[in-house]
Amino acid sequence: MTQINVRVDGESYTDDVEPRTLLVHYLREQLGKVGTVVGCDTSNCGACTVHLDGQAVKSCTVLAVQADGSQVTTIEGIAGEGIGGTLHPVQRAFHEMHGLQCGFCTPGMIMASIDLLKENPDPSETEVREGIEGNLCRCTGYQNIVRAVQQAAAEMRGAAPGDPDTSPAAVDTAAAEHVVAQS
Amino acid sequence: MTAVEDPAAPDTPVQMAPAKEVGQARRRKEDARLITGETQWTDNIVLPGMLHMAMLRSPVAHARITHLDVSAAKDRPNVVAVYTGADFAEEQGSLPCAWPVTPDMVNPGHPSIAVDQVNHVGEAVAVVVARTRTAAADALEAIDVDYEPLPVVLDMEQAVQAGSPLVHDSISSNTSYHFVFDAGEAGTGADTDQAFADAEVTVSRRFVQQRLIPAFMEPRSVVVQPTRDNYTMWSATQIPHVLRVMAAMVTGIPEHKLRVIAPDVGGGFGGKLQVNPEEILALLVARRLGRPVKWTETRGESLMAAHHGRDQVQFIDVAADREGNVKGLRCRILADMGAYLRLITPGVPVLGAFMFPGIYKFPAYRFECDGVFTNKVPTDAYRGAGRPEATFAIERIMDELAAELGMDPLELRRKNWIGAEEFPFTTVAGLEYDSGDYAQATEQALELIGYDELRAEQQRRRESNDPVQLGIGFSTFTEMCGLAPSRVLGSLAYGAGGWESASIRMLPTGKVEVVTGSTPHGQGHETAWSQLVADQLGVPFEDVEVLHGDTAISSRGMDTYGSRSLVVGGTAVVKAAEKVVQKARAIAAHLLEASEDDLEFTGGKFSVKGTPGTGIGIQEVALAVFAAHDYPEGIEPTIDAEATYDPVNFSFPHGTHICAMEVDTETGFVKIRKYASVDDVGTIVNPLIVEGQMHGGLAQGIAQALYEEAIYDADGNLTTGSFVDYLLPSAADLPHFDTGNTVHPAPGNPIGAKGVGEAGCIASTPAVVNAALDAVRHLGVTDIRMPLTPERVWRAMHQGGDGGDRAAATSNAQGVTSSEAATASVTEGDQQ
Repeated sequence: MTQINVRVDGESYTDDVEPRTLLVHYLREQLGKVGTVVGCDTSNCGACTVHLDGQAVKSCTVLAVQADGSQVTTIEGIAGEGIGGTLHPVQRAFHEMHGLQCGFCTPGMIMASIDLLKENPDPSETEVREGIEGNLCRCTGYQNIVRAVQQAAAEMRGAAPGDPDTSPAAVDTAAAEHVVAQS
Repeated sequence: MTAVEDPAAPDTPVQMAPAKEVGQARRRKEDARLITGETQWTDNIVLPGMLHMAMLRSPVAHARITHLDVSAAKDRPNVVAVYTGADFAEEQGSLPCAWPVTPDMVNPGHPSIAVDQVNHVGEAVAVVVARTRTAAADALEAIDVDYEPLPVVLDMEQAVQAGSPLVHDSISSNTSYHFVFDAGEAGTGADTDQAFADAEVTVSRRFVQQRLIPAFMEPRSVVVQPTRDNYTMWSATQIPHVLRVMAAMVTGIPEHKLRVIAPDVGGGFGGKLQVNPEEILALLVARRLGRPVKWTETRGESLMAAHHGRDQVQFIDVAADREGNVKGLRCRILADMGAYLRLITPGVPVLGAFMFPGIYKFPAYRFECDGVFTNKVPTDAYRGAGRPEATFAIERIMDELAAELGMDPLELRRKNWIGAEEFPFTTVAGLEYDSGDYAQATEQALELIGYDELRAEQQRRRESNDPVQLGIGFSTFTEMCGLAPSRVLGSLAYGAGGWESASIRMLPTGKVEVVTGSTPHGQGHETAWSQLVADQLGVPFEDVEVLHGDTAISSRGMDTYGSRSLVVGGTAVVKAAEKVVQKARAIAAHLLEASEDDLEFTGGKFSVKGTPGTGIGIQEVALAVFAAHDYPEGIEPTIDAEATYDPVNFSFPHGTHICAMEVDTETGFVKIRKYASVDDVGTIVNPLIVEGQMHGGLAQGIAQALYEEAIYDADGNLTTGSFVDYLLPSAADLPHFDTGNTVHPAPGNPIGAKGVGEAGCIASTPAVVNAALDAVRHLGVTDIRMPLTPERVWRAMHQGGDGGDRAAATSNAQGVTSSEAATASVTEGDQQ
């Protein structure tokens, strides 16, 4: 067993893990962060996407020990705290644009989309399609996901600081700060 | 197969309230938990003392198990038990097949765990039960198994030949059943052989419906908690109600001692319409150990061992006159069952049997199908189940007939389709098509895609000999949905009914609980049912909560498949609401000191006719009846109600799909340039959800045409056993869809809904293939095997045939035995 120190969604954890433990299994089985899911064994589907120090990673391809000393943000850490906590603009846009059906790919898809928008705040349709091609969805045919990402992009570009309708978690790095600030 | 007339049915016609919520693009209630990661997937469930199961699966396709030693695995750390088929041989029974499609269908039985022989790669041969998931998985490698290989049966056309090795020694051939529908014999059409004998033109083709994998995103998962002789099972299933009945029958656990819960379920597409071996094993292990157990599959297991879909070889003959009037259709199908018959394995082709004539007025029709055993994982339902196969065949052969006649494919369709004024129309297969307007949908679709402009561009590219050619393909399709009238299912020997149940509970505060027997896994029932009930009861959308997927909460249900939920389950909800209003009316009349006949109910309020603004709301009645201080003599103090709806006919969504496809003649690379569809799914309750269902269906139908194929090697190993090799399209692989609707309400249900879940998947595949062929037909190509990989497209262009494997091309020439009357075009596809 190896000891790791990780900050996940703004909370600090110290745990012993088997060296072979994948980050996704650590999140789900040791921390109970079951919002992040496993969809395949080969890093193709992206359902397990989280942010590691602000960057999207497939948490089935990262060992828990590799996250030692890092900040991890999951789908559970991007909205404001508590019931009715303000949704992230990408979460809101997925809802508004009907960018999900069964919802299994959704956490990973949202985390990948946030990362995409950080890199490219105003992506074209093609850029969104290529930007999320590491995340598979079997329900939506992607069209409404593309719409959702573009809608969120527009909102995030136009959002004035302090706008009550917009989450302060405008981009991921801000999301981490936002969560930390509340803890 | 016609609509069942039942004048004695006591059901009173249900009146739909004026649409206020219905028709609105309500954002989904379901989303709140799904976008925040608060979803309850089965694999999230953790119970005190819970154990984990892992399966050792056969690495060989066909073999006798000569030696199986699990003792070393039992000694591994944290392993609690290891079981083999021998341990459960006496109690595992056979997995159920609910559809004996012919009286003499052969079902060899399907053990949940192999006892002495394995019949496909991935079949379970041992189960490790351990304290952790990893300990269970680790111990698998300590199990020692010897297999004595048996000849592997993979190719259906060879499997049905005399002298073929057998999948099951216990039965005399690899044919499970021979199902025939002959319109001449059924009295629904003319003699088919005569129609072909008299025909001026016949065209025959052999089409291959490749094997597909449903590939729902959430892997299958099951948790069983035993409490003395009671069992609770959570499962990622589409069918908690069916599963409960079947699991009780298989295991002998009394039905009332078994509760099945489908929590949030991450997609199904027919793939979770199953009673899985692993679900039964979880029950058996939990019963044996008296401790809760969990099993969640890996993606590799899912692709290898969860059921597959499609996999047919189709020999299609069409007869017509020189003017293009169709005269007859003859279909001979080989359908791959895989190694066993699962829940509706043999019935899938039968669901398509009546749909091959499509929207066209064939005077004669004959269908025959052999269900064939092979050493592969069983096939079963996958989005469309039988109807995509039928639609592909008819929409492809119409294009081939048009080419033979030198006619425009659309003109040929127009000449033969059912006119809008002809509904209801009884087809040559005996179905009564309910409503629609094929011409209207087609005109709209042509406009949507910009047809004339595309044709002009195609002409320019053709004339300039552009290496990138453009093709335009059509699919003018219909499907049968709203499964299903129970009596019709009975006439087809299906083992259950097709009704659906709903109940409505009026809570004291006026809030409403709607319990539905239809179990969603992404379709948005919670939202759409809320819209229906909000209108019918006149209560706010937000005041309605929809409960589902737990046999202890919704005691009756037939679950979700076959685009049935809104058509059948939604109607049950509307009927239950009607009963609530009727019951509330009596209470309201009493409270208002008025006659029931003098009351009107609008906007959620009972008032005496002519005195709007006074009266009592139905939510207030709910409180009054809860207190029960003052209600009429002789009635029960409740306004809750339950309803069961058994449809009298199928519903028949239809539509026109047009695909514009670029084909690079130098590389074989194909690219969808534009895709437009106009679908008639009847009344639309929520346009956002309908559009989403269309998009998702299109993605899967297009994926069959272009990307997906489950491939077994010569030894029966699945070589597409991960998402690296089984190509699920990403966002970058799919085009933008232009979708539209016409609305001809279904006359068979009060909502007017026809069903939308499968439409896109059923319609799109032939449109895409027809488009590719339209781009290269002038190069002599008449067929390209799906999926249309660049290699296959290139081979079809440069080496002839359909670009598929050479062995199949050989059997093509031999296989067309039902097509002796056909023209020379029979073997066109095989010219070298």
